[in-house]
Amino acid sequence: MNEKSDKLIDKKGIRGDGRKADELRPVKLQVGVLPNADGSAYIEHGKNKILAAAFGPREMHPKHLAQADRMVLRCRYHMAPFSVQERKSPAPSRREVELSKVIKESLEPALFLELYPRTGVDVFIEVLQADGGTRCASITAAALAIADAGVPMKDLVVACAAGKVDDTVVLDLYDAEDKLGSADVPVACMPNLDAVTLLQMDGVLSPDEFEKAVSMAMDGCKKIYEVQKEALKTKYMVVKEVDE
Amino acid sequence: MSSLVTKVKLKQIEQLVEKGRRFDDRGLMDTREIKIEQGVIEKAEGSARVFLGKTEVLVGVKVETGEPFPDTPNDGVMTVNAELVPLAHPDFEPGPPDEKSIELARVVDRGIRESHAISTEKLCIEAGKKVFVVFVDVYVLNHDGNLIDASALAAMAALMNTKIPNYEIKDDGELKIKQGYTPLPMKSHPITVTIGKINNKLVVDPGQEEESVMDSRITFAINEDGNICAIQKGGSSFFKPQQILEASKIALDKVAELRKKLNW
Repeated sequence: MNEKSDKLIDKKGIRGDGRKADELRPVKLQVGVLPNADGSAYIEHGKNKILAAAFGPREMHPKHLAQADRMVLRCRYHMAPFSVQERKSPAPSRREVELSKVIKESLEPALFLELYPRTGVDVFIEVLQADGGTRCASITAAALAIADAGVPMKDLVVACAAGKVDDTVVLDLYDAEDKLGSADVPVACMPNLDAVTLLQMDGVLSPDEFEKAVSMAMDGCKKIYEVQKEALKTKYMVVKEVDE
Repeated sequence: MSSLVTKVKLKQIEQLVEKGRRFDDRGLMDTREIKIEQGVIEKAEGSARVFLGKTEVLVGVKVETGEPFPDTPNDGVMTVNAELVPLAHPDFEPGPPDEKSIELARVVDRGIRESHAISTEKLCIEAGKKVFVVFVDVYVLNHDGNLIDASALAAMAALMNTKIPNYEIKDDGELKIKQGYTPLPMKSHPITVTIGKINNKLVVDPGQEEESVMDSRITFAINEDGNICAIQKGGSSFFKPQQILEASKIALDKVAELRKKLNW
């Protein structure tokens, strides 16, 4: 993997990690991995390894943050110091604060906030290893953690990025493509409702490329969505078998 | 946020938007009046005050020398910081930047950075050792909605107003500041447009009261080639894929219109 070349995609259209342009990295999901959390999930998306835990609905602390007419969702996205090449200071960076906010806003549309006034749900996300596209993998795992906590949802939220590398629009950028590519478009959606709950972009794309990137990312989301549903079923199927 | 706006008024705004009208008599696609004053702070290397309707943002640019990032040894450094100062709105509190001001700063930063607005390669003094560092400080002085667009405009206007000191490197490697200034080298002039979603209708440049009924917003930064260089969705609701495309077309049109008006 250490061969240095200027091109991220070779002549046959194969990317640095052996994938085709519209191919996802392998995604593994596991639900209910943390005994102390009300709900939890673990995702391996390529080399990303991320844990998410959900607590609640529970009483808000501090109390003054509670809302009389709705539930409050709080998210904390955090990267472990050892998750990246150069040690990251454990103190929350500005990037992490922004990502916490956009992740929260990507999950909120899936919840019935108005049905649980005065309560709060806390979602904690720990990135154990980062390999590009951590915000997307975090959302995929966090949605499962919330579902595992038994909080009613309109749909699962699933996320995936598309971007532009060597003038080609590609799906699911990994670390090197993220750093050297010319654009990155993370998208989160609720596939059953055909609703986009997170959309960001950096880099330069023409309007046509942008349109293509969004639809490619949403196709990727739909594939991960199946893995997500399977992971939920796997946990609860096992419980059923024990009952019989 | 809605503490200052009565429920009745919120309802009214929603009903008006439903009929294709707005509280301040604008059309759904109209931007508020823009006023730009440059060079308002003499002690800053660059500055601009921008009014977007009643929203007022002051940006000061300070240029200092510092070290480049190890992965870009030949490039100058730009950082954007935003302060929602308490005098701008009763909901703004003193203290360290919260998620709102960090998001604001990072969205403004992304628009400038990703469009390569500043020719950072021309800010290198000594590769790997010394470069110019451009500090862009966004000061929100009055919050009447759409801080992102107002701040992005003000940041660009301030950068276009920025001068860096002339210098020479002496034999011992020391930097000597000479008389006179050079304008900050710029390559691109991105313009940012934010579109809000109220009751499934898209509105351009939402005001503060509209923001309190708005479900979500989406921001596009667009360069002079008509390419998109940064996007940020915000707010606790969603967009249909069709609405995103619609919003991107509105943003492209709006930016073209503003570009003509501002002559950027």
